[in-house]
Amino acid sequence: MKWERISSKRQNVRWFISFPRETELHRTSLPGIIPSLGILLAAALQCSLPETLLAEDPAASPPPLAASTPPSAKPSPAPAKQKPKPNGTGIGKQKQAVKETAAIATTRPTPASLFESPTPLKTQSTIDRLVMERLRPLGVRPTLCSDAVFVRRAYLDATGVLPTAAEAKAFINDPDTDTKRKRLIDRLLASDDFAIYWGMKWGDLLRIKAEFPVNLWPNAAQLYHRWVVSSLQENKPYDQFVREMLTASGSNFRVGPVNFYRAMSDRSPEGIASIVALTFLGMRTESWPAERLAGMSGFFAQVGYKPTSEWKEEYVFWDPAGTHTIAGSLAPGRAKIEEIGTAATDTAEAKPFPSSAVFPDGTKVALSPDRDPREVFADWLLTAENPWFARSLSNRVWSWLLGRGIVHEADDLRPDNPPSNPELLAYLEREFVVSKYNLHHLFRLILNSETYQFSSLAKSSKPEVAAQFGSYPLRRLEAEVLIDAINGITGTSELYTSPIPEPFTYIPQGQPSIAIGDGSITSPFLALFGRSARATGTEDERPNQVVSAQWLHLLNSSHIQEKLEKGPALKAILQPKRPPREKITDLYLTILSRYPTPEEAARAREYCGVGSDGKPGKGARTEHWGDLAWALLNSNEFLFRH
Amino acid sequence: MNSLDPLRQLASDPNHLGLSLCRSMDRRGVLQAGLFGTLGMTGTALLGKETEKPAPPSTGKPGTSVAPRANAKARSVIQIFLWGGMSHSDTWDPKPDAGYDYNGPVKKFLSTNVPGIQLGEWFPNLAKQADKYSLIRSMTHGNNGHETAAYLVQTAHAPGDRLAYPSVGAIFALMKAKEYKGSLPPYVVLTKPQGRFSEEGFLGAKLKPFATGGDPNASRFEVEGIVSRYVNDARQEARRDLVANLDALRKAAGDDPVIRASEAARTEAYEMILGKGREVFDLSKEKPELRERYGRHTFGQDCLAARRMVEAGIPYIVINYPGGWDTHSNHFQTMGRQAPELDQGLAALLADLHDRGMLDTTLVWCCGEFGRGPKIDWQPPWNGGRNHHGKVFSVLVAGGGFKGGQVVGASDAKAEEVAERPVYPIDLLGSIYQLAGIEGKAPLPHPMGLEAHILPQDAKPGESAGLLTEIM
Repeated sequence: MKWERISSKRQNVRWFISFPRETELHRTSLPGIIPSLGILLAAALQCSLPETLLAEDPAASPPPLAASTPPSAKPSPAPAKQKPKPNGTGIGKQKQAVKETAAIATTRPTPASLFESPTPLKTQSTIDRLVMERLRPLGVRPTLCSDAVFVRRAYLDATGVLPTAAEAKAFINDPDTDTKRKRLIDRLLASDDFAIYWGMKWGDLLRIKAEFPVNLWPNAAQLYHRWVVSSLQENKPYDQFVREMLTASGSNFRVGPVNFYRAMSDRSPEGIASIVALTFLGMRTESWPAERLAGMSGFFAQVGYKPTSEWKEEYVFWDPAGTHTIAGSLAPGRAKIEEIGTAATDTAEAKPFPSSAVFPDGTKVALSPDRDPREVFADWLLTAENPWFARSLSNRVWSWLLGRGIVHEADDLRPDNPPSNPELLAYLEREFVVSKYNLHHLFRLILNSETYQFSSLAKSSKPEVAAQFGSYPLRRLEAEVLIDAINGITGTSELYTSPIPEPFTYIPQGQPSIAIGDGSITSPFLALFGRSARATGTEDERPNQVVSAQWLHLLNSSHIQEKLEKGPALKAILQPKRPPREKITDLYLTILSRYPTPEEAARAREYCGVGSDGKPGKGARTEHWGDLAWALLNSNEFLFRH
Repeated sequence: MNSLDPLRQLASDPNHLGLSLCRSMDRRGVLQAGLFGTLGMTGTALLGKETEKPAPPSTGKPGTSVAPRANAKARSVIQIFLWGGMSHSDTWDPKPDAGYDYNGPVKKFLSTNVPGIQLGEWFPNLAKQADKYSLIRSMTHGNNGHETAAYLVQTAHAPGDRLAYPSVGAIFALMKAKEYKGSLPPYVVLTKPQGRFSEEGFLGAKLKPFATGGDPNASRFEVEGIVSRYVNDARQEARRDLVANLDALRKAAGDDPVIRASEAARTEAYEMILGKGREVFDLSKEKPELRERYGRHTFGQDCLAARRMVEAGIPYIVINYPGGWDTHSNHFQTMGRQAPELDQGLAALLADLHDRGMLDTTLVWCCGEFGRGPKIDWQPPWNGGRNHHGKVFSVLVAGGGFKGGQVVGASDAKAEEVAERPVYPIDLLGSIYQLAGIEGKAPLPHPMGLEAHILPQDAKPGESAGLLTEIM
């Protein structure tokens, strides 16, 4: 099931990546991937669910421990550590997979034990050793997250996509507890979803947007995004990825990475240097002395821009003679004739360029007239000795996965903002360099650490514990991830458009919003939950608060309610003829990526008017089932990465 | 509105925001107040043709020198945003002698109840009450991009900064937070938002406008998130209990500040869903004749809903004109269809506010991000359309301390350039802020700790020509 999903998704992605923009725009609909999957999934669940897996149903498997285990007053892994006792229904004689599930279902879960694993910490990896060295003195003893939490967390963090019910179930029930997390991580890193999701993040950092304030223009934005996603897909070494951008020349419509030099509102040499420092050194030049920025800007003083006769086409090129600064010296494109074609502006002379430039570390170099200074800068930047390049990216990836940088904010490296754990940062940096800037290696290293897999239930409210990564921080799902999840669960889709420039851009239905390359293309939902403005390219540009208007929308908008009432995937799960316990289990697996506890199942049955015999009672109504899906969708458990 | 409390504190801390509402007016301010006080509304009508002549340019520098008036007049603001850019030469700045290449098929021009003020042919209702509003015919910023111009008109800051400044609505939501106690959001958009530059800027998601969605002209105005088509109150309560019961993460991590903030926001949302505030949106409480007078179309009922929101004390309401005015092609057809609706709704709103004695405390301003080229583009593919024109355009202002029956500034004979008394965005917004008792130089909380103010503090000639003291 899961491979089918991923492969069909992959075709979708390939299609998206390889077709030119015009085709995308005029294509009206994709094959109904999401609805048909929902139906397939529901059908598969219906025919293949072993009865014993549905242990939360009292008729199938009464949990005898339910009354005897006292609920824990505070979050604690202790109750979950208890071995399940034989319960007299013959579960002990079942197969291994069934045993696992029975163990989950028959131990009365406290709120904490749903989220935490009884497995003790091993602290074997270097990351974990370095993190625990800091946490021990603070008196913090972290616990690991449960398998159900992990599968959801790993899917969301690595790919921005929820696991399907089948994927969640397969992972939770996989008996090979020693390797299953590692195997899942490998599979997720290799998926196209990984490239698409992190392409969205890079879209924020590189400000990929057709319109204000960077004005890339739609086809250039699409091309640039496609280049980013395919680079991530092939796991292009990070130094090569950066070099291609820094030294790019050519047309914005033909060479994706030249748009790096266009995606900035200030194209002066200082403006470019400032963006390069932010993006690749993780430093904000606002905190620099002025002469450092001036020195670095020398490397970017010969970047030229020229129009062509194609509407909105623009060449970025190395312009050592400074021709582009003389108005009228270039054969102007039609678009430019009105602006610069008058005689009055023809008298301007080219400004002399600096003959030397200064690296941010203070080293001065003479610039030769036969070499593009951008290459000189790239040579300095992309070496193992560079003090900022690998550090900045390692710190960023850590912050993306752990919710907080070792240097925090992740793009604010400076002497007076030291790392909370310098050894840890140095280790990641070294690993990244030794692996030849292999992004997958860095992700894999972090995702496999116990630190990443800590429970999200904070063991301490002290800020210094958070700064030392004592628990996995709760974070609201990004706007795109949230609406994609809701669409996936319900089997519905959205309309994404850009009102400017004309002609309006429309994205084919069924495409997930994390795959939208151009930040100008949006929907009311995305606007409400907030995306990066893609104006500054800083990490904190993406708003992620929860505000009341967002709750209004989730709790009570017709937009969401119609998805719940009409979504074909949800309808398939809630077919009236299906046994109530299957419906409840499928809703939990689909929305929360886990099985319900016996109490939750009982509460759900009660709300939906299911009698103690498991049969629909007198008051049962279809809308109650919709309300159950609504309630799970409106839980904090759904809304947050945890 | 628990989570607004920090905003209220922020707004009420004079040290932080440099707010001083009790400063005495300077000498010139007193003189002007006295002068306009005696003339009043009838006075302006008596001026007759004099009103056609623009008042002398003011020397007050917006956002810098003029202290807010102790008796702030505007309690609420209704901004009617003619996004896309409505033609000025076809509407509020007609040039009957400009000829066919400029006026195209339009041949009729209306006189108004203020001698000397003329309007385009589609505004018979507004023509009957020109004494209630003033027209700025020399608004200018020179920018022809939709987003950049919309940003300029609604923030007065030049686009291209590293930061996006908050719009005037978000500033009102912030600055009025301590006065406004309603359960509904302080900054509401009817009915669809217009992207981030009509919005909160760097002030954060709490100051984003609440967009109603729905259609106030429908039999029931379904305000997205508040008035549900599907779920009655009993079911709302049952669902609320159910989610409280089933939210395992809230049970396990209820003390986590992230979950606490989330639940506080949820509580606020339920105050709107189940509380009394939502009655504002029930337009069926209005008399059918009045609804007809506003016009049974979306814009007309937007105006009526806006009036009800003003009555509920909401400080800032935006009506984003349904469909917009970006008439590159089919220009005259679109004008013929839309302009009469604008006329009906806006005229009814001004008359209704006036009749209820609310016009003095409710400021209405109406314009697009720019005007449209007064010279018609006859070339394909436009075939008789009008393009973007930021060099000069018109703004209608009324109430909240603005005088009626006046014209500020003038464009040239073809409505292409400013001829007299330019008005820049900073001048208009500075005037609106002053009438609302908001000081333009008040600092804003800046996300990177840098200095930021409501209005730019270093406006040069060509960026500012002074507050609209001639009509204040």
